Amino acid sequence: MDFLSYLVSGISLGSIYALIALGYTMVYGIAKMLNFAHGDIIMVGGYVIFTLCTTMGMPTPVGIIGSVLVCTILGVVIERVAYKPLRKATSLAVLITAIGVSYFLQNAALLIFGSGTKSFTSVVSIPALHLFDGALVISGETIVTIIVSVIIMVVLSLFINKTKPGRAMLAVSEDRGAAQLMGVNVNGTITLTFAIGSALAAIAGALLCSAYPALSPTTGAMPGIKAFTAAVFGGIGSIPGAMIGGILLGVIENLSKGYISTQLSDTIVFCVLIIVLLVKPTGLFGKKIDEKV
Amino acid sequence: MAMLEIKDLEVCYGVIRAIKGISFEVNQGEVIALIGANGAGKTTILHTITGLVPAKSGSIIFEGKDLTKTPAHKIVSMGMAHVPEGRRIFQQLSVLENLKLGAYTRKDKNEIAQSLKKVYERFPRLEERKNQVAGTLSGGEQQMLAMGRALMSNPRIILMDEPSMGLSPLLVSEIFDIIKVISEGGTTVLLVEQNAKKALSIADRAYVLETGNITLTGKASDLIHNESVQKAYLGE
Repeated sequence: MDFLSYLVSGISLGSIYALIALGYTMVYGIAKMLNFAHGDIIMVGGYVIFTLCTTMGMPTPVGIIGSVLVCTILGVVIERVAYKPLRKATSLAVLITAIGVSYFLQNAALLIFGSGTKSFTSVVSIPALHLFDGALVISGETIVTIIVSVIIMVVLSLFINKTKPGRAMLAVSEDRGAAQLMGVNVNGTITLTFAIGSALAAIAGALLCSAYPALSPTTGAMPGIKAFTAAVFGGIGSIPGAMIGGILLGVIENLSKGYISTQLSDTIVFCVLIIVLLVKPTGLFGKKIDEKV
Repeated sequence: MAMLEIKDLEVCYGVIRAIKGISFEVNQGEVIALIGANGAGKTTILHTITGLVPAKSGSIIFEGKDLTKTPAHKIVSMGMAHVPEGRRIFQQLSVLENLKLGAYTRKDKNEIAQSLKKVYERFPRLEERKNQVAGTLSGGEQQMLAMGRALMSNPRIILMDEPSMGLSPLLVSEIFDIIKVISEGGTTVLLVEQNAKKALSIADRAYVLETGNITLTGKASDLIHNESVQKAYLGE
């Protein structure tokens, strides 16, 4: 029964990683850059909910919607101000800028909210599920996280594969020049990608802070890095890869915590990544297509 | 007035002048061939016309509008399609998805369906393979897909870059027959080719390009008998 419990909470944690990893992988696929400030969007989302709900006493839905709005706008503004001017710069310049944006967001939060850890009130109000006469308890947060993540992933997959802007995103990620020849506005597509990625990060932030209710300016850093790992694990640039990579990472982390060692769980997670990359450098779902001439 | 008029066009990659102030024109209904060796600047010219590469100076007038300041993604809806070198189809998408992307800027669903029908009539192989992932097509089929994708925008002029590249002689003839049919259907064609013989055989007029300059121009039927062209490009 322990195993089942570790597994379910691992899937839940992994779903959060997957939501964040989707932002990394989509931005990488379309803008060809690693947005290391992505994790900090989660933290901003957490503080928006904290401010709206805890400080100002507004209802939870208002907090969540506010957080999604603020993060979406923030993501788009960051892209416009920090990354767009570097569209033709070397990838190293963009990477350093992204790290700079990450520090900027963390320190801005430090200035506004202080360094103290805030206790976050869960956005989930449904009761825990007791199964097998109480031998297996699944928290409301876990249930909501898994359901919300599944819905988001299905909707996102439909959006990417069935709608015109979605197909434009696929086209840009494969060949930016050819996509422009089709009439696809590449800058618009990149903006849309940042908007979607940041909105997902806001939702991931609400779920993460509900499950682990301590909010500080560095709250987003570790989940951000783990989600990035998940994206690489699944094959960076691949959307199903980010989903499955995220969930696998969460499960591995939780099983390690349960059976091996709480302290070593992160080490184990990163070791698994190293092994996967040694065996399959493109990640689980990343594929290299040979060009036919 | 010419449909497409290039005047004193200059293009630079950093400090290297790839195109050194060339002028040429394409009239409605013509098939124009730009021939020349590797590195002469043929692909650069097409990329500059459709905005993938910026012009340093000069003008590109298409139906009275200057394209040098027009962003690349606005060109196709003006009636100009570009079949790029190396085909550049979307390898991970299906044949049908590629074709639909060709009609990305069009709104009318009925008209798009009609264009799709026309493309399938011209390239029956594409209809047979419409659900196949484009990256698994053969080289000739990929070239057909690239041409079909361009036709999906219902262009008045189509720019083709090395359509014969990497294809067997039999397929090359098939591709050139298709270009002829496209031209006879009323679409103007600007063709860039290393296979000068084939290009001259279907073109009305041609321009010979050498290291960024136009060195020779004339009717294709005259150029094919021109001694220096024969020596340099036809291997005779």
